[in-house]
Amino acid sequence: MKSQTMVMLRRNFLHTRRNRVTLFNAVLMPIIMMLIFVYVFGGAFNVQGNYVDYATPGMLMMAVSYGLSPTAMAVSADMTNGIINRFKVMDVSRSAVLTGQVVSTVVRTMLALVAMTGVALLMGFRPVASFPQWLAAIGVVVLMVFAVSWLTIALGLAAKNSESAGFVTVPLIMLPFLSSAIVPAGKMGPGIREFAEYQPFTPIIETLRGLFNGTPSTGQTIAAIAWSLGIGIVGYLWARAKFSKRA
Amino acid sequence: MTETAIAASGLRKTYGDKVVLDGIDLTVPSGTVFSLLGPNGAGKTTTVNVLTTLLRADGGTARVAGHDIESEAKAVRAAIGVTGQFSAVDELLTGQENLQLMMDLSRAPVRGGKRIVAELLERFELADAAHRPAATYSGGMRRKLDLAMTLVGNPRIIFLDEPTTGLDPRSRRTMWSIIRDLVAEGVTIFLTTQYLEEADQLADRVAVLDQARLVAEGTPDELKRRIPGTHVRLVFTTAAELDAAARILTDSTRDEEALALRVPSDGGTRSVRTLLDRLDEYSLGAEEFSVHTPDLDDVFLALTGHTVSGSEVAA
Repeated sequence: MKSQTMVMLRRNFLHTRRNRVTLFNAVLMPIIMMLIFVYVFGGAFNVQGNYVDYATPGMLMMAVSYGLSPTAMAVSADMTNGIINRFKVMDVSRSAVLTGQVVSTVVRTMLALVAMTGVALLMGFRPVASFPQWLAAIGVVVLMVFAVSWLTIALGLAAKNSESAGFVTVPLIMLPFLSSAIVPAGKMGPGIREFAEYQPFTPIIETLRGLFNGTPSTGQTIAAIAWSLGIGIVGYLWARAKFSKRA
Repeated sequence: MTETAIAASGLRKTYGDKVVLDGIDLTVPSGTVFSLLGPNGAGKTTTVNVLTTLLRADGGTARVAGHDIESEAKAVRAAIGVTGQFSAVDELLTGQENLQLMMDLSRAPVRGGKRIVAELLERFELADAAHRPAATYSGGMRRKLDLAMTLVGNPRIIFLDEPTTGLDPRSRRTMWSIIRDLVAEGVTIFLTTQYLEEADQLADRVAVLDQARLVAEGTPDELKRRIPGTHVRLVFTTAAELDAAARILTDSTRDEEALALRVPSDGGTRSVRTLLDRLDEYSLGAEEFSVHTPDLDDVFLALTGHTVSGSEVAA
């Protein structure tokens, strides 16, 4: 069973390497967004301290969202083009197919985040986090990426075809814009402000911001972990149910 | 291996209130080619999916390779290979990688996997394209790769769901010769097709599936005997002309709606001239004249009373 998962994982990595759109979405696009926000808009935003220090945690989350659509499309394509029937007749387990997708998405996203962090450092991002705070930040990010990966797989399985699967992650791309990623929620208009404060990306971004500043917030961290666990569990159960129904 | 490769009895499947399989019985002896012939939407793919454990039947039983499809699904899967209606190849992987993927996933790891992959590529004339992504393959090459992937586990029973639909005539013939080679090795083939010619070329026995039911079964020759032979179709402009022509051509069949007359004929110049001379004698002229050789439409008309296109509504 374990080796089947490895075979599926290797297949997914080959896909990522061959698919330039995947690489562009996952790595280049978020870097371009960061350059635009920091160098073009950043001066106009009034936030405490250096804007790149403020924006980096949110930009990392945007990079997570941007990198998800290839996973949804890949999952959907496997379901619609018949290759899943081949896997089923070969007795490839459900867990091998789904775990392969989750792990490859997490690894791909983490690599993109490392690249993003590198670019942010070049742009003057100066986190003051201690080593344990860095570990905590990485832990929060991995948990969150893991959770949205399961959700994305469920969305991909729920999509009718791989074309529409390309759009199912659009809400996940929009959410960071309506969070404290770019400007503090407190500066938004009524309605939007409440939405921004209570949606999952804000506590996750605030947790990272706190950790990078060396001033972690326990409340935000608990909220971030709770959201991630909730999204992960819902995504996992939904993905399992959809998979059993379709494959 | 038992004498009977596939035996199904009373298979039923419904989706909501739509009956997709309405009591399918069939028996396929080992080492033979069985063809399920039918139009789109007749239930061919559903039959394949049920027999290959991909879909659970609502009723009936079936044994494949001696194992019950319900209670011994794993054993069934170990004995069969399936090539679905849409070529299930990984487009981003090369031909060689696709085959290697199948090799890596097969439960009983085979020794000399690399050699087997190379042999399959050679055998299916894909060696030159082995290192190109499958996305760049032609329809015929994709089908061949698809079948090669099915053969990786060396299955003794192979299900082929419309293996030549959408292929050009040359690729179709290549596919046929590959299938014949498999049969020569003693493999049992369960083949679905929309083409009478394909069933005729390959199958030992043919079953005709129409609107969820088997309407006929037999050897290709037995079935063809039930099909009206070559005939001439005459279309007239008025009902009066149709009446007059029907009176003189006594062995003809009328189609009132189309104002057409169907006259049995071998289609040869001599008999056609005789027919036309006879019309001339009575000063009758047809607006349209055509010679028909039997095709799947005729099989369906003969066996079910409606045409293939007519039954597509039920798809």
